Amino acid sequence: MRSIPTLPAWLVPAAAFALGIWITSAGLIDRIAEYWEDIVFLSQQHMVLVAASGGSAILIGIPVGIWLSRPSMERRAETVMQIFNIGTTIPTLAVIALSMTVLGIGFAPAFFGLFVASLLPIVRNTYAGLLAVPSHLKEAATGMGMTGAQILWRVELPNALYVIFSGVRTALAINVGTTPLAFLIGGGGLGELIFTGIDLMDTGMLLAGAIPTALLAVFVDFLTGQGQLRLIPKGVNPLR
Amino acid sequence: MIRLENLTKTFKTPSGTVTAADNVTMEVPSGEICILLGPSGCGKTTALKMINRLIPPTSGQIFINGEDTSRLNDIELRRKIGYVIQQIGLFPNMTIEENICVVPRLLGWDMKKARTRASELLDLVGLDPNQFLRRYPKELSGGQQQRVGVIRALAADPPVMLMDEPFGAIDPINREIIQDEFLKMQAELKKTIMFVSHDIDEAVKMGDKIAIFRAGKIEQYDSPDRILAHPANPFVADFVGADRTLKRLRLVTAEDVVDAEAPVIARQGKVADAAAMLQASGHRIAVVIDADHRPVGYLTADEIEGARGSVAELAHPLPATVPVRADLRAVVSEMFAHDTMWLACVDDNGRFVGTVTQPAVTRALGATYRRADAA
Repeated sequence: MRSIPTLPAWLVPAAAFALGIWITSAGLIDRIAEYWEDIVFLSQQHMVLVAASGGSAILIGIPVGIWLSRPSMERRAETVMQIFNIGTTIPTLAVIALSMTVLGIGFAPAFFGLFVASLLPIVRNTYAGLLAVPSHLKEAATGMGMTGAQILWRVELPNALYVIFSGVRTALAINVGTTPLAFLIGGGGLGELIFTGIDLMDTGMLLAGAIPTALLAVFVDFLTGQGQLRLIPKGVNPLR
Repeated sequence: MIRLENLTKTFKTPSGTVTAADNVTMEVPSGEICILLGPSGCGKTTALKMINRLIPPTSGQIFINGEDTSRLNDIELRRKIGYVIQQIGLFPNMTIEENICVVPRLLGWDMKKARTRASELLDLVGLDPNQFLRRYPKELSGGQQQRVGVIRALAADPPVMLMDEPFGAIDPINREIIQDEFLKMQAELKKTIMFVSHDIDEAVKMGDKIAIFRAGKIEQYDSPDRILAHPANPFVADFVGADRTLKRLRLVTAEDVVDAEAPVIARQGKVADAAAMLQASGHRIAVVIDADHRPVGYLTADEIEGARGSVAELAHPLPATVPVRADLRAVVSEMFAHDTMWLACVDDNGRFVGTVTQPAVTRALGATYRRADAA
């Protein structure tokens, strides 16, 4: 199990090395370097989009998942989850397009589309993770005199944390991968270089967008993987 | 003391009202273990869980040490009662120390006091605190986890404990060991304990009293010996088993039936003296002892009649000896194994205490029936 989170760390230099050989041999490195200023600016935009939409999805998704897992919601929770499921069935491009029709172009619709796309894995995993906490743990906690809030914070959430974290990891992977589409509705980001590069058949420009996007995805996954490894208590962490 | 008065629980189900506990009235005296025993679905667990209100009673009252518990809120009540469940329920996200300290911390003890308490309790069950405090539950064996589950319930020193099949998930060998440990602990701590079990052998071993449940009602509430010797009705008789009298063997120790008057003769003594002694006392057998009063052999009256010589020459070796603190089941088992009607008993130092004979065992088990006939 230990080797899984270290896999991207090994992959990054290898992939970068192979890519580097090809780019240098094709004389592309200079052409990519021409776009350095764009890369810096658009990467920042890209990262702001990822952080804002992903962060909001975490901040909203986890409480919603907790709320759905409460016994008082038992009957309605599945219905709500079905609505969320339908939400994911719709392709992200369609969500982005739909949000443009309502919110116009720019940051707001891009943010909203990415937020919706990231929400479901977080809600689903939080909800499922909390429901999967063995009932005898809750019974023991109740029998020892913990209040509902104490049971949630000291027993349920710590024991569901691994599953919740997996949801966040999935959500952020989807988010980073989808963010280039934001360019299509005027949200900016590295998609600008990728799509313009495709349209102009300019490989240098295309790679100037694609390579940082790929690196960013790997970096974010590495970060969440490390978080999962280190932040989750040892007793409930299958990774250690 | 735990007292239940007319405790009733009914559930409404689509197919009608189900009564899980029907006017249960009973009292567990302070410092005793009461076993709630019965087949699955008989209401024993419901009765137990109503005491700490994991299941709210439909009607009836519960008193703990004379106090009506309906005056306490759920949280206060539960923190005063130790609770052990079959699945153990150690929190996997917490270390053993954190697990043991849950209730003390809820009650506002400071860290240091709680930690000292955790170390004490680990010592009590023979787990080294230096080694175990920092471990996580998954790093412990099943038996170790179960011990921690029990001491966690004892952490805040509650006067009352509820145990729901606490040793049900352990293999038979470890179960016996943990049961013995628990009884030893209880002899010192003297908690008032309600203990759910479906195992008659466990009930006989652990209980000061046994309450047999059927369909939400108590069929019989009595000492283990009374339940086994005088089942109140055919259901109880059936439940405790056709071999119930054999089970009573566990309740009596060799000490209770030993014949301390059994004649002894020193190894260096003369056979003639032994014969005279046997004739005088009316016994058929004399046990030969060494200088430290340890039994080393025996002489029978028939063989030594008119014989001469030293005891050492004529003595037979003893087939086996049993500790005087052993229960009769172990003693009888030894007798069967060696095809003998009697055995010599020794104390902790190996010194001869007396003999146990099969007729004495039979008499001890039958005494209760003779008293019942006479009454």
